[in-house]
Amino acid sequence: MRNVGIILRRELASYFATPLAYVFILIFLVLANAFTFYLGGFYERGQADLQPFFAFHPWLYLFLIPAISMKLWAEERKSGSIELLMTQPVKLWEAVLGKYFAAWIFIALALALTFPIWITVNYLGRPDNGTIIAGYLGSLLLAGGFLAVGSCMSALTRNQVVAFILGVAVCFAFLLAGYPMVINAFQSWAPQPLVDAIASLSFLTHFQSISRGVLEARDLLYFAMLIGFFLFTTTVALDLRKAD
Amino acid sequence: MIKTEHLSKRYESVTAVEDVTFDVRPGEVLGFLGPNGAGKTTTMRMLAGFVTPTAGKAFICGHDVETEPLAAKQRLGYLPEGAPSYGEMRVRRFLEFIADLRRLEGPRRRERLDYVIQRLQLASVLEQSIDTLSKGFRRRVGLAQAIVHDPPVLILDEPTDGLDPNQKFEVRTLINEMARDKIIVISTHILEEVDAVCNRAIIIARGRIVADDTPVKLAARSRYYNAVSLQLARPEQLTAVRAALAALPSVAEVEVSERDVRLTALPRSGAAILPAVSELASSKGFALKELHLESGRLDEVFRSITA
Repeated sequence: MRNVGIILRRELASYFATPLAYVFILIFLVLANAFTFYLGGFYERGQADLQPFFAFHPWLYLFLIPAISMKLWAEERKSGSIELLMTQPVKLWEAVLGKYFAAWIFIALALALTFPIWITVNYLGRPDNGTIIAGYLGSLLLAGGFLAVGSCMSALTRNQVVAFILGVAVCFAFLLAGYPMVINAFQSWAPQPLVDAIASLSFLTHFQSISRGVLEARDLLYFAMLIGFFLFTTTVALDLRKAD
Repeated sequence: MIKTEHLSKRYESVTAVEDVTFDVRPGEVLGFLGPNGAGKTTTMRMLAGFVTPTAGKAFICGHDVETEPLAAKQRLGYLPEGAPSYGEMRVRRFLEFIADLRRLEGPRRRERLDYVIQRLQLASVLEQSIDTLSKGFRRRVGLAQAIVHDPPVLILDEPTDGLDPNQKFEVRTLINEMARDKIIVISTHILEEVDAVCNRAIIIARGRIVADDTPVKLAARSRYYNAVSLQLARPEQLTAVRAALAALPSVAEVEVSERDVRLTALPRSGAAILPAVSELASSKGFALKELHLESGRLDEVFRSITA
């Protein structure tokens, strides 16, 4: 367990050793705010809440998170440092968790830096801060889900561009599973349990129910299982192909 | 102790390593020789637990690399081929990171870090990121990483590749010092390195062990073992000397290099021809610049058994 912490600290420091961290945080903040104000009509709605802010997070994450996760393992493989890491007395899952949590903490930091919008909405009106906290939690869990998918895709290849494209594609599929156009397409012919199953696989339905302020065990469990599944798959993929 | 039993690694269509069995005892410095692509790196990766063998087993200090990987890795210092590391890290942080993973703590951690920094002369680059270092420094950072926890077993894949002659000398001195109480395996294709540090050499070709002996005995397999080499002071004597040497019963063949007026007389099946040659030279009045006995050429043996 201690190795998770050691690897996590090294990874986190490495984000800030290159311009990557600063570029990412800057672009994340600019886009998150631009979406909120221009596309979300933050002022025009005349409501003191952060719905227009959180509503765009799935789309923002769709491209930004694979950009972070693509390097998790593909880069280690490309540079050969995976051989160094895997010949230290470290268990594979410790390395997978350490790298994953470092990336998650990094994204949490970027998310935390959106706090001015929370101050703004409190200055302008009297929002339900409980819902806003739930919104942040939902967003963080969503980021964690995307990141776990991305980690797995990164473990499959030594090419970061391939890892990025696979990450976007798989995350997109998970997002879209909850959209009406997909649900409707199935509803006309598929049995209801199947439609429900597909809808329940969606990032979007679980994210939306959390960000509306409804903290239900099944939504939390969904993200926990999804993250667990993809991290486990990451470990298996690495174990099979680490030296390729 | 390192032990392998019938270690093999096959990829879909190619066999990288086939039925490699050997063991290495404390005090032995084993040189792993072979042409590029012969399976040296794959064998070392299997010993280090990075590549899973298709068949066979490897043990580090009695611990099976596959079933007790942590126990095996704790006892092992490993320098991967090309000395990969985390380029964006500073040298000091990188070594501290490895020390943490190796569970070095308190005064011992400080002492070991100081030791490797001093021993591999890294003090001047401690605050530089590894990406900005020269090839030689990177290799030394890789070596520092491998020995920081003072492991009983060291596996070094091409430890002196990319170093200049002074640095090579330094690293070889370090290996010789550590050889007293450690088991060391190095891979190399530089044959002088085997003479400089190894007391045993395994030659591997196309995935198989083709020779396993001391460097001296390996060199003795050479056609040049006990050969006598002479350099003449007067080039015009060349033909006469050649004929006289070839006429000696124990001489099998005479090689001539006209460029530096040198003749090499090769003996029949390891016979000692030096007395006969020197007697011949003095009785016939050959003017010699140099006369010496060859101890066998490792590179020639290497070529004849791996080609």
